[in-house]
Amino acid sequence: MTIQILGGGCAKCQKLAENAQAAINDSGLQAQVEKITDSDRIMEMGVMITPALAIDGQVKSSGKVLDKSEIARLIGA
Amino acid sequence: MTSGKGLSANARLAVLAGVFLFFYFTPLSSPLISASLREAFLLLAEYAREHVLLCLIPAFFIAGAIMVFLNQQAVIRYLGPSANKVVSYSVASVSGSILAVCSCTVLPIFKGIYKKGAGIGPAVSFLYSGPAINILAIVLTAKVLGLRLGIARAIGAILFAFVIGLLMHLIYRREDAARATDERLFAVSQPEALRPLWQEGVFLFSMIGVLVFLNWAPSAGTMPVWDGIYRFKYVIVGVFALLLLVSLLRWFRRQEIGQWVSATRDFALQVLPLLFIGVLVAGFLLGRPGQRALIPESWIAALVGGNSLRANLFAAAAGALMYFATLTEVPIMQGLLGAGMGQGPSLALLLAGPSLSLPSILVIGGELGWKKTVTYVILVVAMSALAGLLYGLIP
Repeated sequence: MTIQILGGGCAKCQKLAENAQAAINDSGLQAQVEKITDSDRIMEMGVMITPALAIDGQVKSSGKVLDKSEIARLIGA
Repeated sequence: MTSGKGLSANARLAVLAGVFLFFYFTPLSSPLISASLREAFLLLAEYAREHVLLCLIPAFFIAGAIMVFLNQQAVIRYLGPSANKVVSYSVASVSGSILAVCSCTVLPIFKGIYKKGAGIGPAVSFLYSGPAINILAIVLTAKVLGLRLGIARAIGAILFAFVIGLLMHLIYRREDAARATDERLFAVSQPEALRPLWQEGVFLFSMIGVLVFLNWAPSAGTMPVWDGIYRFKYVIVGVFALLLLVSLLRWFRRQEIGQWVSATRDFALQVLPLLFIGVLVAGFLLGRPGQRALIPESWIAALVGGNSLRANLFAAAAGALMYFATLTEVPIMQGLLGAGMGQGPSLALLLAGPSLSLPSILVIGGELGWKKTVTYVILVVAMSALAGLLYGLIP
């Protein structure tokens, strides 16, 4: 499983990526975090308000910094 | 940016040598430099005493609430390819205060509206209005530079956003037709509302009430009603604070309040350090109103004093090229006004300044192409100068 963090690299995107990594570490699942910073690719995924979080290409949330427990729920940990 | 660690020992020595050389050669004991340094700290003290606690902190809470509680997707919906055009322009002109509370979100949203949504007109409206009508900037302008200039700035910014967007659309409407729009970006994906809208309205309204009446200034006898309100301002603030407390306890979950407080904290951390540096620099260069600092007042008065067309144009063009970190335009304007800048040129600079800067022009150029970017910049500068000229005529 790949958790994708969509965003140009602002502070909030960093925070979201950290939270995602923490959620993976806690869950013990086999997953990695991928950062998508290219704005054309972000738009192709149907996202305009960053930071957004997608799992294997499926956008789950946009415009929010989800915390660790919310991400854990999304990845089913 | 974490200093020192990434540098080699020699580089660190060079930095150290630079610092010593700076202090060796700077004539710190000259009356002008010491007076300027004094002004820098006195201006910072003025901000700490008068503006941060009562004005900025409540405004941070409001900005945090806007970010956490308002459904941004509900606003975005009106900027899609099939949205009603009049509605699109209106929403884009005011939505800056809702969507652009973080500057890093402006560009992706702009690009989305331009390429996949309502087109170049509303996209430019949004691009202009984003930084110009953010709530923190308007509030601090009204508090520090006076209510009149604050209101003129807010109205001017909204009006400009609408008109500039519309003009861009009229100029470039032919190219606009050939875009591949994508409705998906503008779909409403979060239908579940946590509470009725009016409850969020009461919550926001009570915060704005606290902010407004906490900063109520007396009119010194010219308006009895105004002074009457001033006498009871803490009672009124108390009523609004009580309303705020009740709405928080009754309608909001603990987790949401936590998110709100941490969003507010992040704002303060993002904005305050830059503002403090901006105040120090403005104080050092320009001084408090009526006080001489490094830059002679005669220069300022010669360039942007009075209300001539030249002064307004110069202020608008300078503002368009200069980069202001969030809110730092306010202490700089305060210094310039104190040093003899006219009211008209001040408004011109405030309207052209925060929305445009040399770095942002370069980035916009990459997205829009040079022809459209130059048109946009010229429109902003010309309209700002014109608005300044008209505003300066008001006695």
